[in-house]
Amino acid sequence: MKPPPNKGVELQIHDLHRSFGHNSVLRGISLTIPAGCVFVIMGSSGSGKSVLLRHMVGLEAPDQGTILFDGVSILDAQAMAQIELAIVFQHGGLLHSLSVGENIGLYLTETLGLPPREVNDRVNQAIEQVGLSVTQDKHKLPADLSGGMKKRVAIARALAINPGILFYDEPTSELDPITAVTIGRQIRQLNQRHGTTSIVVTHDRDLALGIGDQIAFMTQGTLSRPQSPAELSQTTELAVQDFLQAGTREDYQIDSNPS
Amino acid sequence: MIRAIQDIAALGLQTLRSAPQLRRRRAQVVGHFYQMANASLLMSCILSLFIGGVLALQSGPLLVERGLSFVIGQLVGLSMCRELAPVMMAILMAGRIGSAITAELGSMKVYEEIDALLTMKIHPVPYLVLPRLTAILLALPLVVVFSILVGWTGGALVSVMNQDIGITLQAYGSALRSGINFMDLAQGLLKSLVFALLIGLVSCFHGLRTRGGPRAIGQSVTQSVVQSIVCILVSDYAITRLFVFVE
Repeated sequence: MKPPPNKGVELQIHDLHRSFGHNSVLRGISLTIPAGCVFVIMGSSGSGKSVLLRHMVGLEAPDQGTILFDGVSILDAQAMAQIELAIVFQHGGLLHSLSVGENIGLYLTETLGLPPREVNDRVNQAIEQVGLSVTQDKHKLPADLSGGMKKRVAIARALAINPGILFYDEPTSELDPITAVTIGRQIRQLNQRHGTTSIVVTHDRDLALGIGDQIAFMTQGTLSRPQSPAELSQTTELAVQDFLQAGTREDYQIDSNPS
Repeated sequence: MIRAIQDIAALGLQTLRSAPQLRRRRAQVVGHFYQMANASLLMSCILSLFIGGVLALQSGPLLVERGLSFVIGQLVGLSMCRELAPVMMAILMAGRIGSAITAELGSMKVYEEIDALLTMKIHPVPYLVLPRLTAILLALPLVVVFSILVGWTGGALVSVMNQDIGITLQAYGSALRSGINFMDLAQGLLKSLVFALLIGLVSCFHGLRTRGGPRAIGQSVTQSVVQSIVCILVSDYAITRLFVFVE
């Protein structure tokens, strides 16, 4: 049975702070992500992107600040039960003791307690949506899958939840450029088909510029004003320019006469 | 140290509170129980046979020399029942099963599997800890009963076949029957239940609090096994003292 379409959820963050010991990782992050958009948080490694994402999905608690989903605080467990959110982890986060099908149907059986037949239908549907084969891939274990397939299964598992908001943590890390493009296209496609708000945390600038409706750049625990890809390409901010332009052939040249 | 004890106790309480979900988890319990029993039975058989045999071999000739050959069966029987089977099997379980639980949960923590469960509103205690703890609570007493029987058999084989002892099987058996009562068996079973609880909680606790990479998993496993063995020996003394007091 096809689940009812879930409309996108708006996310608001106000003045989010988080420190680990003396290390201040999030320094007053505030942003609003409109429902239904693909929002990319881009930044270099260690800038605090993944920590911010873990706060957004409730895996970490901030020292200060609020996170609201359609106006509902993440701390309000009862009201949050009505908001379906899902995350695609950097390494997939698939349970290695379960098959692909069991992983995708986990939320449906454990949390929703749906009957096996309905779970099976929704699992098959999710598998097909991410371009995998029900007959060939459903009974495989995660250990038998390639990196790209693991990411697709993780996306299928998130889709089976029918989320209003979907988070992706480095969805193209460890993937070759062709598979990365396929995954990026899939993120965009799913967003257009379901209207789910998609938040992508990445340091892959091609992916960010390719799929983002809005992109915010993260540096040392602070977040820049969200901009469209076109605006971001014209930015005068040095840190963003360096990030966007790094990796030319000249950057790899070794100075033969160091002073 | 005190913090760790508090956290392990808190994990125990959370698991107890999730006990109503046990019926729903019975397939997982059966799966873990089968794995645990399967991994322990052969090793427990070998260990117990030789422990019983060594007990008879060490004490038998001395007792026969002093005209106390009728005590051999009782000595092997009581030692296996009250002390050696529960403690040795618990140490075996801590090494084989406890370490496997910590490694599995630790790697699930490190590779974001537990985070994935939390985001799907699936709490790790009823989903991961409850089935494993229940399975070990069922498996360890079973392995202990098996170990007691095999240990008695080992003692009997040595007592009958060793020329320096050379008592009959009937004599060994009647000493065993007259020397063992229900309280001896109850003591062994109570110990095995307490040890199983401690191994299960300590190993799950260390698995769930693993942070970092593969090296952290190794450290958690070592801590889990060492702390389980310490808990086994300390609680063994406490239970033995309790039974001495009651008797």
